[in-house]
Amino acid sequence: MTRQMTGAQMVVQALKDQGVDTIFGYPGGAVLPIYDEIFQQSDIRHILVRHEQGAAHAAEGYARSTGKPGVVLVTSGPGATNAVTGITDALMDSIPIIVLTGQVPTFMIGTDGFQEADTVGITRPCTKHNWLVKDTEKLAETIHQAFHVATTGRPGPVLIDIPKDVQFATGTYIPPKKARTDHYAPRIKGDTQMITALAEALEQAERPIFYTGGGVINSGAHACQLLRELVDATGFPITSTLMGLGAYPASGKGWLGMLGMHGTYEANMAMHDCDLMIAIGARFDDRITGRIDDFAPGSKKAHIDIDASSINKVVHADIPILGDVGHVLEDLLKIWKSRGRKTKSAAVRKWWQQIEEWKAIDCLAYRNSDKIIKPQYAVQRLEALTSGMDRYITTEVGQHQMWAAQFMGFEEPHRLMTSGGLGTMGYGFPASIGVQIAHPKALVINVAGDASFLMNMQEMGTAVQFNLPVKQFILNNERLGMVRQWQQLLHGERYSHSWSESLPDFVKLAEAFGARGIRCQDPADLDDAIREMIAHDGPVIFDCVVEKHENCFPMIPSGKPHNEMLLGDASTEGAIQSDGAVLV
Amino acid sequence: MCALKIKKGSSSHSAYQLRNPMGDAIETHTLAVIVDNEPGVLARVIGLFSGRGYNIESLTVAEVDHLGHQSRITIVTTGTPQVIEQIKAQLNRMVPVHEVHDLTVEGPSVERELALIKVASTGDKRVEALRLADIFRASVMDTTLESFVFEITGTPEKIDAFVDLMRPLGLVELARTGVAAMLRGKRAEASAQL
Repeated sequence: MTRQMTGAQMVVQALKDQGVDTIFGYPGGAVLPIYDEIFQQSDIRHILVRHEQGAAHAAEGYARSTGKPGVVLVTSGPGATNAVTGITDALMDSIPIIVLTGQVPTFMIGTDGFQEADTVGITRPCTKHNWLVKDTEKLAETIHQAFHVATTGRPGPVLIDIPKDVQFATGTYIPPKKARTDHYAPRIKGDTQMITALAEALEQAERPIFYTGGGVINSGAHACQLLRELVDATGFPITSTLMGLGAYPASGKGWLGMLGMHGTYEANMAMHDCDLMIAIGARFDDRITGRIDDFAPGSKKAHIDIDASSINKVVHADIPILGDVGHVLEDLLKIWKSRGRKTKSAAVRKWWQQIEEWKAIDCLAYRNSDKIIKPQYAVQRLEALTSGMDRYITTEVGQHQMWAAQFMGFEEPHRLMTSGGLGTMGYGFPASIGVQIAHPKALVINVAGDASFLMNMQEMGTAVQFNLPVKQFILNNERLGMVRQWQQLLHGERYSHSWSESLPDFVKLAEAFGARGIRCQDPADLDDAIREMIAHDGPVIFDCVVEKHENCFPMIPSGKPHNEMLLGDASTEGAIQSDGAVLV
Repeated sequence: MCALKIKKGSSSHSAYQLRNPMGDAIETHTLAVIVDNEPGVLARVIGLFSGRGYNIESLTVAEVDHLGHQSRITIVTTGTPQVIEQIKAQLNRMVPVHEVHDLTVEGPSVERELALIKVASTGDKRVEALRLADIFRASVMDTTLESFVFEITGTPEKIDAFVDLMRPLGLVELARTGVAAMLRGKRAEASAQL
């Protein structure tokens, strides 16, 4: 069945055929034909953002909370360049989004036309792949290929640049099934010999640990289920990266909490002292490993990943397994069970005793106050009052992000949306909009900092327009908290440009947009205020005024291995008699 | 509470690895990469090398399969064994890349490069240039009474040697193609339809 239609019609038809129900976008001259088609249909809902970066992050939030790809539609030039941060963020965190950009007409490309930018050139290093479509005949197939590339193998962002004359011209529409996508087919099944070697290693291990990442969640619900089965059947401890939280439930008995720079003491100590590390869908980021030379020095390392370039990139894998996490775990469980489900249980029990000793240190402890709200306390209360609900959390980037990861429990995958790899301040608010669109009935909370929130606060317009009841829970310390913390600990307390002067009145800001604002400064009022926020049916900015100089602990300081963590104010005070020279 | 004791200028201010991890021995590898001949594919490959800080010693590219629109890129690169493995993995995961072959590992292979060399001189120097060209089996592409353009084909080392000899004899211009390489023996490493 072949059908003739305009390029603009093709875009809408291809999106429908790919099962897209929502797109996030912002119109402009070079995408007007597509917007005209969107106007004349009702299958695809268009969410008008207030800045193209917001569109990309909203699509990320949508994708991350559903497992489906998110779609962005923006115009040429500034529309495309504004989306670049979101696209790069999606690349770093392996989030499938499809970005459609308008372009000046083909005959004007290269003339420095109005709102012309070399979009495919600019986005080449920050997409998984991109295309400039110069012929309407190729448009439909390219869009289908783009969906295939974005969602196959290690997911990521793709971009299709569509010149305006290509949108106007007529061509033949090709349905998804007829599009050639066979060339891009990453390996899914793991090597049986290697998987058997890992099964043997599981049997031999005395101090094993699972170290899991976002790849488990990207692999799907089945992979998360298999991970849970494997962890519980072996009785081994498990830790996870920020991106992997929720793949294994925080209430599970193997759970040690997040690892890395601000991970728990027990998770990092166990990583350092383990004799078998099973890395699954994780990529040994520098925030995880600390000093590479001293990273888990006595351990054998197995690494399961779908991306060959992640294996042996920073840490040598003794047992490298290239393949999809779900498929590999299925085979691993099968092989391990068929060999008799053996583990060195006595040794593992001893290992757990050691871990319990580390847990007893209670690394997340902090000095609470009844006069001022401690940010940790605020997150703890938020967790306590919302944990039983159908809840999605997004975060911005900084101290509040780490406190959310430390103090909130994630029982299911797709429940935490946060910018891990790129560390994009301004991610959380638009992401919460994307999540709320995908889950209209759920409670969506963006745990934010005052500085991060300001970076995309224009999206209040979007939240109000579409009546999205997203809750912006701002831990307001009037500082760039994480920057301030590093300046205090590492740069001689010279607080260079790390405070927020002239902050808006967040309550009035909310009201100016037609939303609800709540301010809370007294720990005694906090619970009621949070309840009020949850109960309000509409967007809320919650200005939680917190202690201004609180630091995020535990912390692996710069260039240190896992077993040299700073545990809190007490452990820094000894090390600190800073000499005068540093203080200048 | 105050600061940790850290000297100014110390790398302890950063959580990044500030030491150069490239302490290992540097190797030179020749890679043959079969790619879709689509717009921007060369920019993608070059961008990968510059973006991730890999070296390109030489790079040649031309379409080798007109029907299948496939090009062969031959890259000579240097790096530690770990970096070379990364380069191959990074190339392999690019969407328009079909095959990546490390001829240095899969070898032995033959490597050839072509150069055009302009030498302007008169008298004895001119005679000597022609004599040396004969020894190196370089052929004369163009001649005037005061100049030659030689064409020479061979390994990059052979061309280096010839160029060094021409320098005192009036070398004025040099154009080199970069390396084309192929495995020895009957096995074809790249499956493009020819």
